[in-house]
Amino acid sequence: MSLKYFHNLHLKIFSALFVFASPMHADWFALNMTRGVTDISNEVFELHMLIFWICVVIGVVVFSVMFYSMYAHTKKKNPVAASFHENHKLEIAWTIVPFLILIAMAVPASKTLVKIYDDEAGDVNIQVTGYQWKWQYNYLEDDISFFSNLSTDMDEINNLVPKGEHYLQEVDEMVVIPAGKKVRFLITANDVIHSWWMPAFAIKQDAIPGFVNTAWTKVDKPGVYRGKCTELCGKNHGFMPIVVKVVEQEEYNQWVDEKKQAAIKMAELTTKDWTAQELVERGESVYAVNCVACHQTNGQGIPGIFPALAGSDIVMNQKDKNIEILMEGVQGAAMNSFSYLSEVELAAVITYTRQSWGNAENGDGEIVVPKDIVDYKKPKI
Amino acid sequence: MSAVIENHHDDHHHGPAKGLTRWLYTTNHKDIGTLYLWFSFAMFLIGGAMALVIRAELFQPGMQIVEPEFYNQMITLHGLIMIFGGVMPAFVGLANWLVPMMIGAPDMALPRMNNLSFWILPFAFFILLSSLFMDGGAPNFGWTFYAPLSTTYAPPSVTFFIFSVHIMGASSIMGAINVVVTIMNMRAPGVTLMKMPLFVWSWLITAYLLIAVMPVLAGAVTMMLMDIHFGTSFFNAAGGGDPVLFQHIFWFFGHPEVYIMILPAFGIVSHIIETFSRKQLFGYSSMVWAMLSIAILSFVVWAHHMFTVGLPLAAELFFMWATMLIAVPTGVKVFNWVATMFKGSLTFETPMLFAIAFVVLFTIGGLSGLMLAIVPADFQYHDTYFVVAHFHYVLVPGAIFSIMAAVYYWIPKWSGNMYDERLGKLHFWLSFIGVNVTFFPQHFIGLAGMPRRYPDYALQFADWNMVSSVGAFLFGVSQILFLFIVVKTVMGGKKATDQVWEGARGLEWTVASPAPYHTFTTPPKVD
Repeated sequence: MSLKYFHNLHLKIFSALFVFASPMHADWFALNMTRGVTDISNEVFELHMLIFWICVVIGVVVFSVMFYSMYAHTKKKNPVAASFHENHKLEIAWTIVPFLILIAMAVPASKTLVKIYDDEAGDVNIQVTGYQWKWQYNYLEDDISFFSNLSTDMDEINNLVPKGEHYLQEVDEMVVIPAGKKVRFLITANDVIHSWWMPAFAIKQDAIPGFVNTAWTKVDKPGVYRGKCTELCGKNHGFMPIVVKVVEQEEYNQWVDEKKQAAIKMAELTTKDWTAQELVERGESVYAVNCVACHQTNGQGIPGIFPALAGSDIVMNQKDKNIEILMEGVQGAAMNSFSYLSEVELAAVITYTRQSWGNAENGDGEIVVPKDIVDYKKPKI
Repeated sequence: MSAVIENHHDDHHHGPAKGLTRWLYTTNHKDIGTLYLWFSFAMFLIGGAMALVIRAELFQPGMQIVEPEFYNQMITLHGLIMIFGGVMPAFVGLANWLVPMMIGAPDMALPRMNNLSFWILPFAFFILLSSLFMDGGAPNFGWTFYAPLSTTYAPPSVTFFIFSVHIMGASSIMGAINVVVTIMNMRAPGVTLMKMPLFVWSWLITAYLLIAVMPVLAGAVTMMLMDIHFGTSFFNAAGGGDPVLFQHIFWFFGHPEVYIMILPAFGIVSHIIETFSRKQLFGYSSMVWAMLSIAILSFVVWAHHMFTVGLPLAAELFFMWATMLIAVPTGVKVFNWVATMFKGSLTFETPMLFAIAFVVLFTIGGLSGLMLAIVPADFQYHDTYFVVAHFHYVLVPGAIFSIMAAVYYWIPKWSGNMYDERLGKLHFWLSFIGVNVTFFPQHFIGLAGMPRRYPDYALQFADWNMVSSVGAFLFGVSQILFLFIVVKTVMGGKKATDQVWEGARGLEWTVASPAPYHTFTTPPKVD
């Protein structure tokens, strides 16, 4: 190993440790829970501080007695130990007093909990669905539906470029909710258990397949609030953040209109005549968002867990089977149904996998167009 | 008459066998205790190395050392190995060594089963660790293995994991039955239940907990096996099953399990504080009642691990109140320890230092547990590093410090030699500082909002994660010193007296140091 190599290695390590990975700003004062922005989150914060100070006082009292003994009752200062070994009054006191403190603590905690458990419908109702490893939001009244994926660049995660301010706390599409309105979230999951946590609203509800949990909030202050998935859900558990944007009602209405227009445009695309090239281009980005985590950029998968797409007979030669897997998932395996994607996205991503990594050359090279997906969805006779 | 003659005969012929077979075939409680202790130390080092992989990755934001997939395998194996391979076998080892000597019995009641319950353990962990080298890697779903991540979405090695959990469970159940039978039947005349040393009491209660909940764990993994291989849908919502059911079953095992890992520590610390305070333990009977209450309550609090799964309000309230109630008997124990020290005649040898650190740091862990019981606040704490800090405070400076305290306290009796006090104190201070530097900042990280089981994190958590990682390496390296001290003591050193400690009470101090291969072949007289 030459000196130069060593020098380079040294530089690499140095830059990895101190340049790219070093935080933008030091946060030695990120020590405590934050108040959040709702009445409930404020109450929760107060409860937290109350129980915290109760614990501190108990700790200080108990440890003071103990440290006093350690100072005053050493063998040197107190060669002969006292002989008492019980004191019923004292023992009854230190059973009853903690009990009373606990009741004092349980009362406000129970009251707040009752407030949190209000499951009346909201002004806006949003279904939140956890997927490996992204969130889907369905606005029940307005029929808007979209996915929200981590938007942090892989290069930042791999320490190749400096990390941005919202490293791992940014998404491609935020959940937008109106300020001052009661918003109810209906939380569920499609594959494994996830958990939807928004600290600023003091909401944490597990997203469980087959269950719908509810949580609600009313945020008065517009702003962007950031949260995370808090139930281990596999490989990219740390990489599926939640970002909620709270806007005034007017702006919210405008956003709803835009989303609806975009949905109409998307539907029009289905009927368009697509070339293989167009589908592959579009499919590449769909693949990058939905498939790459398991099947990898090179289509090789991860041996033993996620099968390879490159060289797969289904992907190369069995177009119908290929569509069926995307639409229905694979029973008993990690491959879920992706039928929630649009027809265009599905056709594009299937075509992309059939055209990449030498699959087109080694297989039949057939492409899938949106109409194939529409046909698949038609009721079979 | 004839019994006396046979006794002489036995003394002559029944020393330990020579060579490897001594350890393979042994039915001697001291040998088996030693095997358990060494095994648990080996697991402690392996599980600790995995913890260091985790802390190295978390030293800075960004992925540096491992892939997220492997990171998840590390957190899973770290938890499983430390709990089932580190803490539990260490306590079983201590029970083997101490319970017979403390109650004046010649050995455990079921010596052949004792041998079996130890010797299946290495196979269980061999199977578990071998999964690291299988296609798809080791289990990666966390030590709590929530379905369906651990069933439908698990790597193929999950089947080996299930098998190894079954073996561990069988080992624990056999060990626990042995302890119960020994304590119930083999106490020397005069050792009534309320005269038993507290370590014996703590283990009697622990053993009942084990017998009650290990079959529940076995049931949970069997249902997983069925779901994975035999087409059932216990935990699969698509087949009409219930993923939350898994969590109820798991935590019905899991919460008593928490006390399985701390009750024997209560026993150990009570003995050590009594000895080095040179004063009778304060409130013996309330200590016993407190342990019994904690054990009974442990069966009705499991859902406090599940406050965010969407339980009905009534259930949340019940489990909150029941959980808070545990603070009462736990408080009684802490107050009793402090009252024992009060007006005592204290010295601070290594075991006492570990015991005092136990009381202080376990209490901190207990208080943060009380905070976690407050459901609305738990919505913010749950599954963050605050929880990680909490349970490491009760498990590392709690359970593990008590085990280290026990080793320093009883090793003169086991080996016949005194350990090096200077090195022992150095080990204590390095561990004490290491533990606090590692885990205290995790309270901050958690409150500031970092979820647990994250291989990478947002920038505002960077500073304290770095501190925590530095502490972890300090703590980890310090344990090499512990190994060195123990080996040095076993090899030689200042001879220990039979009494060893001035203030020590109990039958184990009436036999020679080192304790002869067979003790109390005729029961001692206890008044």
